[in-house]
Amino acid sequence: MRATRETPGRTRRAILLLALALASPPSGAWAHAQEGKADGFLTGFLHPISGWDHVLAMISVGVWGAQLGAPAMWLLPVAFPMVMALGGTMGLLGIPLPHTEAGIALSAIVLGAMVFTEARPPLWVAAGVVGVFAVFHGHAHGTELPPGENGLLYSAGFVAATGCLHGVGIAIGLIHRWKGGRLALRAAGAVVALAGVFFVWRLFR
Amino acid sequence: MRKAARLIPAAALFSFALPADAHLVTTGLGPIYDGIAHLVMSPADVALVVALTLLAGMRGARVGRTILAVLPISWLAGGLTGLGLPAASRLEWTTGACFLFVGALVAADRNLSTGVVAAVAATVGSVHGFLAGSALSTTPSGGFELLGGLVAMLVVVTLVAGVVVSLKVFWARIAVRVLGSWIAATGLLMLGWTLRSAR
Repeated sequence: MRATRETPGRTRRAILLLALALASPPSGAWAHAQEGKADGFLTGFLHPISGWDHVLAMISVGVWGAQLGAPAMWLLPVAFPMVMALGGTMGLLGIPLPHTEAGIALSAIVLGAMVFTEARPPLWVAAGVVGVFAVFHGHAHGTELPPGENGLLYSAGFVAATGCLHGVGIAIGLIHRWKGGRLALRAAGAVVALAGVFFVWRLFR
Repeated sequence: MRKAARLIPAAALFSFALPADAHLVTTGLGPIYDGIAHLVMSPADVALVVALTLLAGMRGARVGRTILAVLPISWLAGGLTGLGLPAASRLEWTTGACFLFVGALVAADRNLSTGVVAAVAATVGSVHGFLAGSALSTTPSGGFELLGGLVAMLVVVTLVAGVVVSLKVFWARIAVRVLGSWIAATGLLMLGWTLRSAR
């Protein structure tokens, strides 16, 4: 009985303190960050996750890697950022890459199809497929980079976000060990491939 | 209830606290501390030191101990050379190149000998130290700031090498390699930024 009397009191107190903290007008801390630097990292981090075409393709790379198992599961996330950065550098330098957007849309179709069919090509073929699409994704990012951002922090954020998307894909792909999980992954692969078809349709409509 | 009566006014007072001005913006902490803060808070500096330490730590305790001596000494030697020279702005691209080179070595995880790792650390350390020293050459207390940077570097190298050497789980090693690939990719993009800016 005592507990039931105390619990509402504690809850009220906790709610009151929380409301007080939220209602307090906090001023900007600007705690040691040089102007524009944090913005550079955040902008870079948000860039790859701001478009569904990139997000679906990156997560599919992780899921496919998990389906393939070791060593592909960790080789793809190690190799992908470097190849993508190569494409990004090409974009930064203004080196043209024809049909970049079509390549990105196609990456969703192909990678989704790989997950859907649980394709098991030789490792070099899988790495090649992922690497080719990585160049397209990197090139698009490199071309779209906003002027005036901090190069190092923007690049670090951009690469970290891509790596995190792979990590999410690998984590999702770990359900592959269960029969129901395998079916769910194949269904997800089909959805990604269909989304890729939609991206292509949107390009050419 | 009495506790709450004390707690709520205290929380209210803390919530509306005035700025403390506790960062000594005007007085500063002196050149040694400035040097420490500069290395720790400059992403380019600290990431390169971490990358070199990851490379050494992956090869075991012996290489880790070697790097603990080689990297700070070469960085200090490069820094002292740079102090006597004007700002080397034309060498900005070397930071991206060092990121790419060292990050790729970490990602590749090849069985490099102690001598090779020490040579890489000495080369990269002296180049990066030269850039740091050159940037400090215009400040009156550049030498002390360099000394502060050296202290910070020793701490960072010791801590990171200790952690990496102790990693025995397979996944942890993969995580270090992935981190290396991120550093290499960042370096490649930095090179692109530098080349674009130079145009």
